[in-house]
Amino acid sequence: MSKPVIATTSLAGCFGCHMSLLDIDERILKLVDLVEFNKSPIDDIKRFTKPVDVGLIEGGCCNSENVAVLRSFRKNCKVLVSVGECAVMGGLPALRNSIPLKECLEEAYLNSPTVDPGSGIIPNDEDLPIILDKVYPCHEVVKIDYFLPGCPPSADLIWEAVTALVEGRPLNLTYDMIKFD
Amino acid sequence: MTTEKDIVLKHPKDPAALLDVIRDVQSRFGQVSDEAVGRIAAHLKLSEAEVRGAVTFYHFFSLSPRGASTVYLNDSITSRMAGRTAVAQAFEQEAGCRFGEVSADGTVGLFPTSCIGMNDQEPSAIVDGVVFTALTPDKARAIVRGLRAGTPARDQVASFGDGANQSDLVRAMVVNNIRRRGPVLFGAHESGAGLRKAVSMTPEKVIDEIKRASLLGRGGAGFPTGLKWEFCRREAADRRFVVCNADEGEPGTFKDRVILTELPALLFEGMAIAGYAIGAKTGVLYLRSEYAYLRAHLESVLAGMRRQGLLGKKAAGAAGFDFDIVVKSGAGAYICGEESALLESAEGKRGEPRDRPPFPVQTGYLNQPTTVNNVETLATAARIMAEGAAWFKALGTTQSAGTKLLSVSGDCSRPGVYEIEYGLPIADLLDMAGGAGAKAVQVGGPSGSCVAPAGFGRKIDFSDLATGGSVIVFGPDRDIFEVVSNFMEFFVDESCGWCVPCRAGNVLLKKKFEKVARGLGTASDLRDLEDWGRLVKSTSRCGLGQTSPNPILTTLKSFPELYAAKIRTGEEFVPEFNLEEAVQDGCAAAHREPECKESLDE
Repeated sequence: MSKPVIATTSLAGCFGCHMSLLDIDERILKLVDLVEFNKSPIDDIKRFTKPVDVGLIEGGCCNSENVAVLRSFRKNCKVLVSVGECAVMGGLPALRNSIPLKECLEEAYLNSPTVDPGSGIIPNDEDLPIILDKVYPCHEVVKIDYFLPGCPPSADLIWEAVTALVEGRPLNLTYDMIKFD
Repeated sequence: MTTEKDIVLKHPKDPAALLDVIRDVQSRFGQVSDEAVGRIAAHLKLSEAEVRGAVTFYHFFSLSPRGASTVYLNDSITSRMAGRTAVAQAFEQEAGCRFGEVSADGTVGLFPTSCIGMNDQEPSAIVDGVVFTALTPDKARAIVRGLRAGTPARDQVASFGDGANQSDLVRAMVVNNIRRRGPVLFGAHESGAGLRKAVSMTPEKVIDEIKRASLLGRGGAGFPTGLKWEFCRREAADRRFVVCNADEGEPGTFKDRVILTELPALLFEGMAIAGYAIGAKTGVLYLRSEYAYLRAHLESVLAGMRRQGLLGKKAAGAAGFDFDIVVKSGAGAYICGEESALLESAEGKRGEPRDRPPFPVQTGYLNQPTTVNNVETLATAARIMAEGAAWFKALGTTQSAGTKLLSVSGDCSRPGVYEIEYGLPIADLLDMAGGAGAKAVQVGGPSGSCVAPAGFGRKIDFSDLATGGSVIVFGPDRDIFEVVSNFMEFFVDESCGWCVPCRAGNVLLKKKFEKVARGLGTASDLRDLEDWGRLVKSTSRCGLGQTSPNPILTTLKSFPELYAAKIRTGEEFVPEFNLEEAVQDGCAAAHREPECKESLDE
């Protein structure tokens, strides 16, 4: 029987959740035995090459590319997991949600103290993704099956969740995995 | 000219004076400025954060200007049903600003507010403390024009309502709308008879009499009053307090308004009886800010009772029983109807609920044993003492003795207060109130139950439909989803923000509900609504969050067909997110065409 396939991505996140995933230390060797990675920054596979069992999503959606990637994950993965505060709730990037987008962009690109007055421009290259009116948590864009809270979720929590998913057993959540303060 | 400094210095250097100082500054200057915050903090030896915290907690206080005159237009569902939208537009046109803003010339500020206890005469507003009822667009325009021309709001009240509303101390256009007088509250009562009888007995006997009458709290929770008094009396303490909860804020409730207007002496007599029973010297009437127009009237009734010897030293002639009552004002916060939040507010703080236990009967007002009772409960207690427990128990049902004062509003031809015996079916109440053909009846306000016609045989009593008294009738053409949305908006606004399930849960429930209402829901969304609703109810800290999901949960139960018609079948998930809409602002800001790359990794 072939190994379960995993894909991961970081949308509007900071890669901290991926760092936390790598924080499983020597268990990474077990992970290699247990699963196969497909599209993921970890193995640098850029495009899905086969159906995936579990997709781990870090970060919410702040631009059109995030939405496209998230939708492609939904299409290619049997199970999608929102990993971390940004994917679950929008997180730090969503702090901009209470400020109109135009104001945010003007503050960053036109009125910032480091902009030479009068020379600023709001980036408009057509190759750039289009920024969204606000930052959306993943479950508002596609159906998300599971949520792993935390900023970042601890390596133990991610390990427990991933192994439980691929082994098809219930989660064993210990106190320190769900204690966040 | 009076300055902020003068106003602040006039008050004692006591943190308990916080709300009184803020109220004075707000009413004189239409805001509590940064400078005023600093002055108040220095004077009361509080931090600026504490002062700011209190200002921002209450609807009628504000850090930013609210205008020389301020219009607070009720935003409850009955107000909307009575034509609020057109009235609001008229206010906005005439004032030249939107709701939530102050006009450019600073003369008029327009603000929405939660139910002000005038549901039987909507749309209603409070303008500079003066109540205006049954508003029309023309009247709204006239009010703003009058204010601009220098006519104070109180001089714009052309005619007064009935009863004590006409008295010189009230002068309100409010009408009582007493539609049905029952034997308990509206029965013939000789002032002081209940109190005199009480002080002729031992306090323990008084408590026994109330227990024998099976009097249950009329505010909605239905806790046995006699037991509460007994618990309070049993606590060892030098001082105890009687607090009357006159903060009826449940949208659709206005029966306490009528008791406070027409039967204040009966209420105060009940407070004195409670004081005698528990061994208190002081009673506190916590009066909601919306009823501040009754304050002078209430103070004058108190003065009269002192003259008659019913209050003060040796109250009702009883040696050793000194009892008097003070009035404390709220400042606009639904949560202050919750007893422990009310106590915080009465002590001059933000009205955030306390942890329980200890309960108020143990650690209440000023940390002393306190019994907090509803207006109607105390007035009823006075009648029980006058007429006896047996007389009272003969009324109503075995489980629910006595009568209940209901506030009926909405789509009915005879809105107003009805004193009915417990056990009355909804259908009979609809007949009385002229609400034939109703599509739904909301019993107990937003935190109560939405009852469909199939349930009109259900009865108003503690074992079936317990209610603080709010009954709102929805006619055949009303949109239940609009009603639920309005109620959820109310809870989101009124959550004190202390605990996460209530602060965040209600927002998420409302968002999810609106997704369903927009036709973007699936069966899984309905499951979420039920699960999350149960979660918010079971994990919230006080009664607000423990009941706030009810508009959704009770309509899911009463009107499953309405929800079934709204959701999409055959689809597991429908996103609310719309990419085309979400990129519009970004495209506009960067002057780009909305062309989204959709085909990654197809």
